[in-house]
Amino acid sequence: MGAPGGPKSVETGLGEYEGLGGRAMTSAVVAKEVPPLCHPLGADNKLVISPGLLSGTAAAMSGRLSIGCKSPLTGGIKEANSGGQGAQMLARLGYAAVILEGKPSDDTLYKIRIDSAGVRIEPDNSLKMLGNYDLVAKMNAAYGSKVCCISIGPAGEMKMGAASIAVTDMEQRPTRHAGRGGVGAVMGSKGVKVIVVDDAGCKMRKPKDPDKFKAANKEFVAGLKKHPVSGQGLPAFGTNVLTNVLSEAGGYPTRNFSSGKFEGAAKISGETQAELEVSRGGVATHGCHTGCVIQCSGIFNDKDGKYLTKQPEYETVWAHGGNCGIDDLDAIAMMDRLDDDFGLDTIEMGATIGVAMEAGLAKFGDAQAAINLIKEVGKGTPLGRILGNGAAVTGRVFGVERVPVVKGQSMPAYDPRTVQGIGVTYATTTMGADHTAGYAVATNILGVGGAVNPLKPEGQIELSRNLQIATAAIDATGMCLFIAFPVLDQPETFQSLLDLLNSFYGLSLTGDDVTALGKSILKNERTFNQHAGFTSEHDRLPAFFMKEKLPPHNITFSVSDKELDEVFNW
Amino acid sequence: MITIDLNLFATLSRHLAARESAFEIKENTSIKELIAIIGVSPDDVKLIFVNGKKEGLDYLIQDKDRVGLFPPVGGG
Repeated sequence: MGAPGGPKSVETGLGEYEGLGGRAMTSAVVAKEVPPLCHPLGADNKLVISPGLLSGTAAAMSGRLSIGCKSPLTGGIKEANSGGQGAQMLARLGYAAVILEGKPSDDTLYKIRIDSAGVRIEPDNSLKMLGNYDLVAKMNAAYGSKVCCISIGPAGEMKMGAASIAVTDMEQRPTRHAGRGGVGAVMGSKGVKVIVVDDAGCKMRKPKDPDKFKAANKEFVAGLKKHPVSGQGLPAFGTNVLTNVLSEAGGYPTRNFSSGKFEGAAKISGETQAELEVSRGGVATHGCHTGCVIQCSGIFNDKDGKYLTKQPEYETVWAHGGNCGIDDLDAIAMMDRLDDDFGLDTIEMGATIGVAMEAGLAKFGDAQAAINLIKEVGKGTPLGRILGNGAAVTGRVFGVERVPVVKGQSMPAYDPRTVQGIGVTYATTTMGADHTAGYAVATNILGVGGAVNPLKPEGQIELSRNLQIATAAIDATGMCLFIAFPVLDQPETFQSLLDLLNSFYGLSLTGDDVTALGKSILKNERTFNQHAGFTSEHDRLPAFFMKEKLPPHNITFSVSDKELDEVFNW
Repeated sequence: MITIDLNLFATLSRHLAARESAFEIKENTSIKELIAIIGVSPDDVKLIFVNGKKEGLDYLIQDKDRVGLFPPVGGG
């Protein structure tokens, strides 16, 4: 974006990046090409947008997009992952990655169009400070309603640490986000408001062995349908089915991580949410991208039956709900809508408001005050700028001790004291506190992939290690992470995933190769972080998790530092 | 007889009201027996929480226990 005479686009072959996709691609490019000590918002950082290895094919669930860079929130490497139409379209157009480099010399705002005719970068200052919804409407008016917009809202333009990158869904709504780590701020620093992708005229990518590929996909889909989580639970109630589960287990962080059980859980649960959505003419079973068969999402209408937002995810409902003492689904849905429109990570914002409430900026449970705080962020007032930079900054500015972050990134919806496996992942992942990096909740709480007692330290290191390796590999394929539920429990479904990759690329990968791929991704990320100044002391939870006992179990996080240092010692 | 706070979640709530805060059962009833009493197939129950702790089908229910039963669920 900083080329002499104005931004330019260049197309190159894959070279040494041949055979990579998704997180394997983004982390390899960032590790090799971004100076670890660069300023995340400077010209030396790169924003790498990469569909997965199976994106753009007929494989079910293959539409996840990886977005990587050096994170302005954590100061380390980042891969944020999103649904929506972006991955399928970019892959069908034949791109393994789109990389934004450099920085414009002035504050001109650009839009990038990518279609079968190539790449065009055009200045368009009329888009400045538009919310994602208005922006997409404008792009639809100009380029039709079959495009995908990858965009930032005002938060990205203001280069906030909580800024996300939105990816439109099948209904042309900016509801899917590469949420975490401030990737939107990096896009904003490159002067890019939106990438409009149009795959008109492009066909699905062709496998090397079409017959085997077709058979593998059939087996894969049958495995997803057969498993009760991906075949029944997720479609019926969405991710928010977890509200009751975690509250019942005493692992639901309530009022800024001061209790593990929320008395208002039933009012904001997935069960209640699905019923409410259907009663208002919305939808409780809906996919986020073409090719999704799990359909864990939905459509949330307001009291008048008018579209408000997509079905808020469990993490969002927790962050803006129980974590702030709020038990009102309409208020939570409004905050989800505002976050999507301003381009903000719902997890970071909910955790930030929880910290702000602890600081006395608002009372726990005051939904209107929480909504007003998000609006401050959208307006970019001085208070909004503080909040928009996340929980760690907000805690520091207002002198709060109980700030639930690791490497500057806020924790999601599982308390590490009562779900100790996820605590190991929060502490040690290269990403900063992140549940998706190694979802030990599955085995600690949900009984998927075996059983490890969530309240004890035993077995958590190995569990988190294995899940972090497997997750990195799945994030390279473009597959939705929810395939992990059947893949962990059903060997034949894991085999069908391997068969999909092998028949598509003409390979003969085994389970060991997948493990090696996962390890190589983590190694790239760890090396980058080490060169960026991270040490084992950064692989720790905040001190209060070792000191404050969490009711109702009244226990602290008890995995030792020495054990944490063994996670990457494989 | 003892009284328990019985909570059935997700698809299991079809079998009974979602919450029976004063459900009466005989002393020394196991979770397995409770499931039979309320007419749920043991195959449909994946997660059992008693007072916030994960328990198995053989757990003997105590007076005033809070019991939460879930079918297989996931998310994240």
